[in-house]
Amino acid sequence: MSNHDYIVVYFDDEVPMKQALVRLTEKKERIIDVRTPFPVHGVDRILGMKKTRIPIGGFILGLLGAVLIFVFMSWCFVVSYPLIIGGKPYFAAPSFIPNTFEITVLFAGVSMAFAFLIRSKLKPDIRFRPLDEKITDNMFVILVDVNGGNTTAEKIREILSDIKPVEIRESEVKNNG
Amino acid sequence: MYQSPIRKPLIEGKKTYRDISDQILAPMINRPKKSWYLGILISGSAMIFGLAMMAWTVWQGIGTWGENRTVGWAFEITTFVWWIGIGHAGTFISAILLLFRQRWRNSINRSAEAMTIFAVICAALFPFIHLGRPLLTFFIFPYPTTRGIWVNFNSPLVWDVFAISTYFTISLIFWYVGLMPDIATLRDKLSRGFKKTVYNFLSFSWKGSARDWHRHEVTSIMLAAIATPLVLSVHSIVSTDFADSILPGWHSTIFPPYFVAGAIFSGFAMVLTLLIIARKTMGLEDFITVEHIESMNKILIATGSIVALAYIAETFMSFYSGVEYEHANLMNRMTGPYRWAYWIMIGCNVVSAQLLWIKKLRTNLMFTFFLSIVINIGMWFERFVIIVVTLHRDFLTSSWTMYKPTIVEYGLIIGTLGIFFTAFLLFIRTFPVISIFEVKSILKVETAAQSNKNIRHE
Repeated sequence: MSNHDYIVVYFDDEVPMKQALVRLTEKKERIIDVRTPFPVHGVDRILGMKKTRIPIGGFILGLLGAVLIFVFMSWCFVVSYPLIIGGKPYFAAPSFIPNTFEITVLFAGVSMAFAFLIRSKLKPDIRFRPLDEKITDNMFVILVDVNGGNTTAEKIREILSDIKPVEIRESEVKNNG
Repeated sequence: MYQSPIRKPLIEGKKTYRDISDQILAPMINRPKKSWYLGILISGSAMIFGLAMMAWTVWQGIGTWGENRTVGWAFEITTFVWWIGIGHAGTFISAILLLFRQRWRNSINRSAEAMTIFAVICAALFPFIHLGRPLLTFFIFPYPTTRGIWVNFNSPLVWDVFAISTYFTISLIFWYVGLMPDIATLRDKLSRGFKKTVYNFLSFSWKGSARDWHRHEVTSIMLAAIATPLVLSVHSIVSTDFADSILPGWHSTIFPPYFVAGAIFSGFAMVLTLLIIARKTMGLEDFITVEHIESMNKILIATGSIVALAYIAETFMSFYSGVEYEHANLMNRMTGPYRWAYWIMIGCNVVSAQLLWIKKLRTNLMFTFFLSIVINIGMWFERFVIIVVTLHRDFLTSSWTMYKPTIVEYGLIIGTLGIFFTAFLLFIRTFPVISIFEVKSILKVETAAQSNKNIRHE
């Protein structure tokens, strides 16, 4: 067992990074993660990532919000304290629509945002140290698993010899980034 | 991918990814210029004046205002609706233009969203002080009371509470989700220190992982999808504050679309005002190009024309409907004692916006800047005309009166302007004013467009 846990491959452009990614997956190397300064389209497909289910969650929570607020308003005006306002019936459904809509959007939006934060484990943490400070600037990085010591930086360099990554180095999992 | 041959590049100059981060982050890292301090001094004093007037209102009561028995709604609700309208452009740019895949939004969405949030804060202050007894504001929320009664869910004023609080929450979430990766960029640019710790905290430990980006994109698109009807609903609901009453001049089905178009119109004008200043003082000419300004001006033509059509439709209907009250109301607007307000409105909103059909004018920054201010004045007068001019001629002739605003009310307008500009000036110093990652994501396409242009010119 080597004293490092993964190999970090650096690129300064997304195109060679994607080529390298395809090559590495063909060679059956395990990709732990890809870190980029902006969303690079196609990476999710190469990595075979499943589509996120955040929208489904948002839909369900939105529906829940709609039902809750509509039932709540109806209960208030029909059961709890029936009042005739402007000659309208107690159950004045059309005028409940605007609030129902707003609460639907509120529930869906807030729940999707929180689902995103929770699923991606994003939380305020002052002890956080990024893997490399250039990732959010101009570096595209592939993290390759050492696969129990079988994969080394030399091997990766060989596989990617014609794509020419900027840098390849071995790294330990010592920071939470 | 198909590339329009007509579009000019949206990012000028040959840039690398690093150049983009460095240039956009420079104002956060370097010391501000003198003009920034001057700006904050002016807007800060306006803010303090406004806060003092608000405190006086709360202390003394709304008798300090110029409202009377006939004109019960005036400056405050006018300014409230005006601010809500301005708050519409941000989410329009970030949500609707995202769904339409308009690349030019990428340089302007951040500042427009921030502007939305500050404008909604300014707007939300008004109902608060309007209540006369602000400490009882919680009465407008449906909570179980000892009296057993609930708020009136049939009332547009209660819908307003729901709409505006939802709008504020969703806009804030949208803004922050987009901001997180850029805060991370800023965090990584700073060397050790207190600032770095703060940004580290605010960046939510963003690491740029492909999985996170995937979720980030899906969440942004979904938020845009639900924010789109939300934008349209908020000002529709604000318009029902008026349209659901039976006053001539207010009781009209045209109000919701008319208000929404007006809101986007004034919102874009305010975005233009801010962006033209920001690009000049912060040296962002490469990112906010004349092409961006022109695109926004085109939206001004579209929304301005909808507003103009609404004025025409209102005029036509007051004659065509045969309702004497409607007719009298319109004649009072055009020729009554407040006719100056009506004609300022027409001049600023209808006539001036049509000048943008001329390409020379809509690509001229000084003219656009001047026009954006003119439009915002016009849109303020539109609400003034709708509210005060309708109210001051009551059904009873004996109740006819005029409305005279007091210094306290002027103070509230100046004060909210102060709050707005102070917040914006602080924002451009603390957060990236242009969305860095979104600009990076279109860099390749725009560089290609640039070289295409060069080929054509050769």
